Amino acid sequence: MIDFLNSIIVLLNFIIIPGISYGSQLALGALGVTFVYAILRFANFAHGEIMSFGAMITILFTWFFQSQNIDLGILPTALLALPIGIIATIILCIISDKFVFQYYRYQKSVPVVLAMVSIGVMFVINAIIRIIIGTETIKFSDGQKFIMKAKQFKGMTGLNEGLALKSSQVITILITIALLTFTFWFLQKTKTGKSMRAFSDNEDLALLSGINPDRVVFITWVIVGVLACVAGTLYGLDKSYKPLIYLNLVLPIFASAIVGGIGNPFGAVVGGYIIAFSEIMITYAYKKFFIYLLPTSLEPSGLVQLLSTDYKFAVSFSILVIVLLIRPSGIFRGRVL
Amino acid sequence: MISLFILVGFVQGWSVSLVILNMCIVSAIMTMGVNISWGYAGVINFGVMGFLAMGGLAAVLVSYPPITEAWKAGGTGIGISFVLLIILITAVVYINKIVKKKTNRYIINALIIFFGTLIIRHFYLNATASIEDVNPAIEGFLGGLGLPIIFSWIVGGFFAAGVAFVIGKVALGLRSDYLAIVTLGISEIVVSVLKHEEWLSRGVKNVIGLKRPVPYEINLQNTDWFINLITYLNTSKLNDIIDVSQRQKVLNKLIIDGSSIFVKLSYAFLFLIVMFIIFYFANKAQLSPWGRMMRAIRDNEIAANAMGKDVVKQHLIIFVIGAAIVGVAGAMLVTLDGLFTPSSYRPLRFTFIIWIMVIVGGSGNNLGAIYGGFVIWFAWIEAAPITTFIINQLTAGLDPTNTLRLHLLDSVPYFRYLLMGLILLLILRYRPKGIIPEKIRHS
Repeated sequence: MIDFLNSIIVLLNFIIIPGISYGSQLALGALGVTFVYAILRFANFAHGEIMSFGAMITILFTWFFQSQNIDLGILPTALLALPIGIIATIILCIISDKFVFQYYRYQKSVPVVLAMVSIGVMFVINAIIRIIIGTETIKFSDGQKFIMKAKQFKGMTGLNEGLALKSSQVITILITIALLTFTFWFLQKTKTGKSMRAFSDNEDLALLSGINPDRVVFITWVIVGVLACVAGTLYGLDKSYKPLIYLNLVLPIFASAIVGGIGNPFGAVVGGYIIAFSEIMITYAYKKFFIYLLPTSLEPSGLVQLLSTDYKFAVSFSILVIVLLIRPSGIFRGRVL
Repeated sequence: MISLFILVGFVQGWSVSLVILNMCIVSAIMTMGVNISWGYAGVINFGVMGFLAMGGLAAVLVSYPPITEAWKAGGTGIGISFVLLIILITAVVYINKIVKKKTNRYIINALIIFFGTLIIRHFYLNATASIEDVNPAIEGFLGGLGLPIIFSWIVGGFFAAGVAFVIGKVALGLRSDYLAIVTLGISEIVVSVLKHEEWLSRGVKNVIGLKRPVPYEINLQNTDWFINLITYLNTSKLNDIIDVSQRQKVLNKLIIDGSSIFVKLSYAFLFLIVMFIIFYFANKAQLSPWGRMMRAIRDNEIAANAMGKDVVKQHLIIFVIGAAIVGVAGAMLVTLDGLFTPSSYRPLRFTFIIWIMVIVGGSGNNLGAIYGGFVIWFAWIEAAPITTFIINQLTAGLDPTNTLRLHLLDSVPYFRYLLMGLILLLILRYRPKGIIPEKIRHS
């Protein structure tokens, strides 16, 4: 029985908790991508850089607050700076829309052209980030680092395996729940949310019934800004902020959005968790887990690892390709491209 | 454009100018490759980085001398796992043919793949471990064939074409946005395989000291005809110096400079030949009935399909051809550098910049592709010195130790990304067809 509990704790500690927090970050990112896709109808390659930009502004203000000796006690100061980051990200989104995307929207350009344009925007934002903050890794989490340390847990329960709970993980999960609840409430219950869904469903009919497209687009960018900034900051808080990692993060985010069904907000969230869990589960070495579960005679000799961790990244893409082959519109029937 | 190179030659030295020129030619070839699939047929290919890396791998595998010890240590294991892999793939294909019910097919396939991989892994891991143990400091991989590296340009094309064929079979049914994301992702997978399969490519340990298709500087400096050539070219200059030892010194310096320039010139010569061959055939193809069919497919897929053209097949063909040309360029790139570093393949540098070249030059026009390759690579390299100059001018009024000024000077290399983004956005806005637009022929 003790062995069984130990094996469960191993799973919790190394797969489930990291999976949930990474999945939340991906889900928030994928939700942003899917919003742009549903309303503006293009694949936004600049999304990763928008996330990075939000995180950067948050970091700059975190430093400012730290220099003024303002903090939140056990919570990271970044939470205090987050609203400012969100506002800056929203402004960035609106500016890029006004100066760049709007023209092509009025021209009714094909989605591929808009995707190219978003690559241009990606380059510009990338350059701005590099010029302002450089390319080095930044750790900006402060406050209490762990809610529960592995040792404490061992002492409390008397088990062999420890369960560590980082505060950044808990914050990630709580904020994600709050944000997702709010977004879905907004989409389902408010008039603006309903008009957005109508616009996404059928643009012409929505225009006929008097929905103002510019307003819908504006609201979309606001939501995208909020989601991107929060996702970027949480990712940076959890792992540590590397300005260039977000470019690579864009690919799993796209994978999540497409796997869930692009254009479908609920699918994007589920897709985020699917990608995160499969990345972690396929590359985790299950040796410890089996040692607890199996009798000594059957103990595995190798690491019992399906793929080495080097291929974490390849996993999300293989899933993407498989899903596209079997069910091109994604698990939750998004818009078929 | 030529005058720009001459300007750089005078300002920064001929050697720098030739280095830029060589990379421009290689970029132009990559751009032509992308242009063939995107400009002719509208097939999007964001996997440039992966195909370049395959070309680079070809350069290593063709030119590096074989490492017999490693072959002895792990050759059989690798062979067995390769054979098993082929059996596995045939089994899956066979099952897809005979089992009709969808759910059954998925279940059987999943089971076979799962257990097949387990068995293959057993042989494979042992073999790779023993290969990587052979002299890990400089070898630790299987090595290549030890042939002249120039063959690898063709082999690189075939490698890239092979990968492209598999990708195309899987992904070309998707529409453009998805295809862009999928090719981007698969190219990342290709690069990460090259990074981590050390038995094949030495992975992140890099392969250095690849053979060259042109003479080495040090050999040139000791060859009689080269010394005579340099003396002949600089006769008047040397005659002005009366002191013999002084003259010898000047001559030595001239020979060293001259040898490096000579090597770069011979690279440029080889690359130009390849570029013109590809350009000739690309143009011929574009003007042929086949090229016309491609444009028809690009402009209206449904109509082309209705006219009886096999759109899926043609898309696959053009995707493979484009990738093959990119693969050739990848092999040339590694040849030029003389080393293969899988970790240097980054999408920003090797996929998106190439796409900017295509769009800026003018998609659908081969001359435009070459022009775009030259202009953008030139801008990419020269952005740094020009920004330094501009920042120095703008902040001339500030104190030399001013933080803002120092910070800006520190971030000079990043301004090139800003420049690239702005160029792309401006071109897309004001000249969406590129600098040299495609000529529409009505014939």
